[in-house]
Amino acid sequence: MDVRVHNIRKEFGRFPALDDVSLDIRSGELIALLGPSGSGKTTLLRLVAGLESPTGGTIFFGDEDASQKTVQQRNIGFVFQHYALFRHMTVLDNVAFGLKVRPGHRRPPAAEIRKRALDLLELVQLSGLDKRYPAQLSGGQRQRVALARAMAVEPNVLLLDEPFGALDAQVRKELRKWLREIHDRTGHTTIFVTHDQEEALELADRVVVMSKGAIEQVGTPDEIYDHPVSPFVYGFIGQSNCLAVTLQNGEIWFEDRPIGLRAPAEPDGPANLHFRPHDIELIDGCGGCLAGLVTASRRVAGTRHLELDLGRTHPPVEIELPPERAAAGDHSRIAFRPTKWKLFRDGERQTEDEKAEQQDVEESGETEAFELARTGT
Amino acid sequence: MTDTTKTAPWRFRQPSVLPGFGLSLGITLSWLVLIVLIPLSGLVFRASGLGWSDFVALTLDPRTLNALKISFGTAFLAAVINLIFGVILAWVLVRYRFPGKRVIDAMVDLPFALPTAVAGIALTTLYAPNGWIGQVIEPLGLKVAFTPAGIVVALIFVGLPFVVRTVQPIMEEIDKEVEEAAATLGASRFQTISRVLLPGLMPAGLTGFALAFARGVGEYGSVIFIAGNLPYVSEIAPLLIVIRLEEFNYAAATAIAAVMLAISFAMLLFINSIQAWSRRRYVYVA
Ligand SMILES: Nc1ncnc2c1ncn2[C@@H]1O[C@H](COP(=O)(O)OP(=O)(O)OP(=O)(O)O)[C@@H](O)[C@H]1O
Ligand SMILES: [Mg+2]
Repeated sequence: MDVRVHNIRKEFGRFPALDDVSLDIRSGELIALLGPSGSGKTTLLRLVAGLESPTGGTIFFGDEDASQKTVQQRNIGFVFQHYALFRHMTVLDNVAFGLKVRPGHRRPPAAEIRKRALDLLELVQLSGLDKRYPAQLSGGQRQRVALARAMAVEPNVLLLDEPFGALDAQVRKELRKWLREIHDRTGHTTIFVTHDQEEALELADRVVVMSKGAIEQVGTPDEIYDHPVSPFVYGFIGQSNCLAVTLQNGEIWFEDRPIGLRAPAEPDGPANLHFRPHDIELIDGCGGCLAGLVTASRRVAGTRHLELDLGRTHPPVEIELPPERAAAGDHSRIAFRPTKWKLFRDGERQTEDEKAEQQDVEESGETEAFELARTGT
Repeated sequence: MTDTTKTAPWRFRQPSVLPGFGLSLGITLSWLVLIVLIPLSGLVFRASGLGWSDFVALTLDPRTLNALKISFGTAFLAAVINLIFGVILAWVLVRYRFPGKRVIDAMVDLPFALPTAVAGIALTTLYAPNGWIGQVIEPLGLKVAFTPAGIVVALIFVGLPFVVRTVQPIMEEIDKEVEEAAATLGASRFQTISRVLLPGLMPAGLTGFALAFARGVGEYGSVIFIAGNLPYVSEIAPLLIVIRLEEFNYAAATAIAAVMLAISFAMLLFINSIQAWSRRRYVYVA
């Protein structure tokens, strides 16, 4: 079922947890809400579920205004971060609960309820554990019971709040793949919350990046990763570097020299250059490049990460190289140039702030950023 | 008593986790023997000196049987009522904020602190035919003071804190999300309470019930004022024991006491095993 969120606003006391949020979710879509802690993801999810009521705005399920409906009437499946299983019920009873509490005329016969619950347990790969109590399950198993329980009511929308938040990395990865499979098989419209960007990019059809109670960008994982629309998204999704640069006659200057990148349409003045550690090329003999001393070097899986010191006033820049190319040890000088990059310009805040901006992502939503140019040399 | 019933099964089940198990078990057992077992076995010893036929004859004396029936019946009824209202009271105290909440919370413990005789006299004054409450209910055909109903009222009073205080902490632990989960699955408020919340409170509720019940069976001070103490009607077993003692009829007193002990022990054991069974199923595992 389509879910449309229209200009939703939610205040707790005077504090706006969500400020004028609009979002269209298509039927059958798997959507990730991604953002730092406190950005309003859970609040948005709970509003859709009807567990909170909005201060302003409307939520539509299909063509119906859901605001008039109680939680019970919305027919949603909600998976809580800590599962919230009924601990005095067996796994089977947990899954069957939603069907058992239906009023008489809508309740399937007992045998049918049992069969459906068992089928769901098979779907979530928990056959044989139906007589256990939640206390006798592992975290990952509880998670799957919670999901089966939510799906038992054949929800219009499936809502998952950090479904894998409490699990270890290995289990997370498995469940992620598995959730995608389940989604493809059952076709429920699904919204899940996460603050793990890798999870969001890997799993979702579309990702909603949120910051400070507002939506920063909505798009497919590719769009979000390759074409971030704001410094916040650039910084939050994947790794990125941010350098304070100056524009002169369409050329980008770093400190006292041009670095060989051109942005012809841009007016002169200061700007911030963003690029990802892996979007660079090494250059021999520097006639227009960035150059710095290697101060640290780490092996991360298939690549080597180098930290470069570009000069006293600048934060270190991180680049990624294939290990064989990074053979040069510490304290050697490396010259490089970004191959994919983006300029953002913020009205008031000037260059000395850029480090704070990159690390303290909470801050960046405040500044108006203009997208200036995008090239791939 | 609270201590033994609550912790003993745990100690036995997971002895290796905490150091000093042997020492603490040794101390606990010697303490129990000294405080509980020696006096009680003295009682059993005296009773066994009676001889079986004497013992049976003394026990089956109609007055004794009636007293036992009244004692256990009223204690049971009072504990059931305390269970119901104790859970509601705990719910109100845990879930709602209202002016005077702290005062009410503190008042729950008063029956612990008040000398039971004072409670008995106060209740009698209230429920006597010319008392505040007695005046009102007497015309409606309800007699409380000097009837078994009076005993129940007194036992409700003294047993009130047990259920509230055992259920309250468990209730505070209930995750709001569990209720929300039930609601998203379509459960009405009533279904959420009856199928999700109350079953989760059962072990604690049973503990409170057992404590209130045990207290009610042994209660003496408050009851004798309000009961009227009519033999066969409103005479409780502990009072009958005292009466027999005053008649220097030690044999009868011992027999009644031994029977009370046996019944109480059997019931507490029963309640505890239900509890252990239900607790085993849904311990909190974080
Ligand atoms: N019941 C509440 N009362 C007051 N403030 C609240 C309440 N719930 C949330 N907030 C505030 O609203 C903001 C958004 O909270 P929300 O729980 O939606 O964040 P989140 O994105 O889910 O964060 P996290 O990743 O940490 O779960 C936070 O600043 C939070 O303090
Ligand atoms: Mg959250």
